[in-house]
Amino acid sequence: MHRPAKILAALMSAAALLATSACSAEKPAAEDRTLKIVYQKTDSFSALDTLFKDAKKDFEAANQGTKVELQPIEANDDDYGTKLALALRSSETAPDVFYEDTFKVRSDVDAGYLLKLDGYLEKWDDWKLYNEAAKAAGTGDDGGIYAVPLGTDTRAIWYNKKVLQKAGISVPWQPRSWDEILEAARKMKAADPSLVPFNMYAGKATGEGTVMQSFYELLYGTDSELYDQQEKKWVIGSRGFTDSLAFLKTLYDEGLAVTPAEALDANVWKKVFGEWLPKGKMGATVEGSYTPSFWQKGGNYEWAGYAEDMGVAKFPTQRGQEPGGVSMSGGWTLAVGADSKNPDLAFKFLSEAVSKKNSLAFTVSGSQIAVRTDVAAEAEYLAANPFVKDVSELVSVTHYRPATADYPRISAAVQEATEAVITGALSPQEAAAQYDKTVRDQVGDAKVLQK
Amino acid sequence: MAERRTVRRQLRLLPVVPSVLLLLLFLAAPVLWSFHASFTNAALTGRNARNPAWTGVENYVRLLSDPAFPAAVLLTIVFVVASAVVGQNLLGLLIAGLMTRARKPVSAVVGTAVVAAWVLPEIVAAFAAYAYFSKDGTLNQLLGNAGAAGADWLYAYPMVAVVLANIWRGTAFSMLVYRAALADVPRDISEAALMDGASGWQRLVFITLPLIRSSIATNLMLVTLQTLAVFTLIWVMTAGGPSNASTTLPVLAYQEAFKFGDIGYGTAIASVLIVLGLVFGIGYVRLLKGDKR
Repeated sequence: MHRPAKILAALMSAAALLATSACSAEKPAAEDRTLKIVYQKTDSFSALDTLFKDAKKDFEAANQGTKVELQPIEANDDDYGTKLALALRSSETAPDVFYEDTFKVRSDVDAGYLLKLDGYLEKWDDWKLYNEAAKAAGTGDDGGIYAVPLGTDTRAIWYNKKVLQKAGISVPWQPRSWDEILEAARKMKAADPSLVPFNMYAGKATGEGTVMQSFYELLYGTDSELYDQQEKKWVIGSRGFTDSLAFLKTLYDEGLAVTPAEALDANVWKKVFGEWLPKGKMGATVEGSYTPSFWQKGGNYEWAGYAEDMGVAKFPTQRGQEPGGVSMSGGWTLAVGADSKNPDLAFKFLSEAVSKKNSLAFTVSGSQIAVRTDVAAEAEYLAANPFVKDVSELVSVTHYRPATADYPRISAAVQEATEAVITGALSPQEAAAQYDKTVRDQVGDAKVLQK
Repeated sequence: MAERRTVRRQLRLLPVVPSVLLLLLFLAAPVLWSFHASFTNAALTGRNARNPAWTGVENYVRLLSDPAFPAAVLLTIVFVVASAVVGQNLLGLLIAGLMTRARKPVSAVVGTAVVAAWVLPEIVAAFAAYAYFSKDGTLNQLLGNAGAAGADWLYAYPMVAVVLANIWRGTAFSMLVYRAALADVPRDISEAALMDGASGWQRLVFITLPLIRSSIATNLMLVTLQTLAVFTLIWVMTAGGPSNASTTLPVLAYQEAFKFGDIGYGTAIASVLIVLGLVFGIGYVRLLKGDKR
């Protein structure tokens, strides 16, 4: 009785070891006229799945003998990026058309993963309808265009009007400087100490959310910057960096944001959208233009009263200096794989996927900011939620991340600095100094600019 | 005569061949690939993605000057010693010992409960542990019912939480190994010792433990190697945080290779992990050899 148990145990452990170390590689589709489409799908994000299913149906009907194989990857942004990059590494597994984050376009072009689309775009009438900023998002370092944008986003302050009014703050609310944010947050705290008055993400757990929805709103509103576009160098030792960290420290130290422990939970945003804002337990948070998609009918945290209770404000610059506000934009594109065996068909499918009809449906259901002027002019788009106009206007003060291959490391170093400050491990000055050292180590002295 | 015996002995090795081939294919090949990649600047994206260059020991030099590295080595050793060598191993032995004395239904219930955690897929066990230790989790609710104030375990004591979770998850393996080993201890020897007036403690130290010594070494080796590679459990519970306080080598390697796309550097960390496994392994092999003397 016991010997078999022992043998079984040994066998199972051997099998476990084998299973963990064996790496699986998918077999390439042998058929010639099959297009492989890779994109992201999650429980809270199925708009893209709908878009591709519609496009597949129309495309297969119009192109007899061509098969479109949809391969949705169920993962968050980080893991999707990793899985896509792994698939792109080998021409055997690389997809024909795929969903690509704007900030990865340049480094993936460097890697030779993306097909240059200039020749196709010249002959495609719809391309003229795209706005210029959006076109730039898909541009590689050589000036060629490698990806067609699907939509973009901006960031703003989302506040609960009732909470503000209870604290004696008149709505609509528009803070002019960082001090006015603190002033309002302190008033809310005084009116109801159990509140989270003004939340800004910090720490590594929220990943890009920490920098896109919090730190960069601060930093880009100072007179400093993260990256010098002209010199193509990373900026270190700047006053604005330390000031931004100090602002976060004030928010967290005074209990105006969530507790540090809550901030370091990767799921904190779910509570922000699903619990604290709808229940009036939070005054305001900095979040993306896609925020209404969580509360709309069919969203993850349906909340019928959101249109009435919520307000949106521009994130102010440090002391109210020009241009008076800050926003950050990202967004996603569609690209054609450099190794596609049917590049003509692949582009044809891509253009079908981003047709006006499909774009409009995707932009509305995904709460995206339109990149096609014909979509932006549609009544259905403007009526998608009450905030479309406000968040679309923020495009005029928005910034894009420096999309270099070093960027993910720099972003992680920034996230680490915010984490050290809100947990009290380091002072803003010390955390900034550590960031400077990390940047120097990572990109080398030649790519660093001391300011 | 002697010749025929060697032929027969060689024939006896034949059934092992397929498994050796499989091991080479699935274990040795990735290990070798990983060693090779650690000497290059291979990356997930950017210029080095498709045409990585040989950079020699550059990744290892960088490793030595990376402040995150010594911390990760230390945390890995703490994790392995606390959760596998001490936790799983001793607790497994203790439970197995008690089970041999307990009544049948009792030992069946205990055995099922312990094995249940082991049978769960790692990702499920990890989420269960997260739900147990998180701030509004089961543990704090239990403590609250008992009138005690809980802590935010994953934030305040991340290593304690992951060590306890790994003990919970892995003890069943050690328990099964020791159940089998203890059942093989000949009864008459311990009965003879009992007749000679040896106390329970003396019988354990001088009779039982020496007799199951090879099982101890085998078990230590297996649980150590399994625990060195634990990733999902830590990733789900704390993601290596807060502020790298629970970043072990597998977590660090994953971050470098896949979050930052630096495959070369990530595989260098993984190679260090393999070396660490070898160091532990050699130690246990010595222990095993000592048995045969």
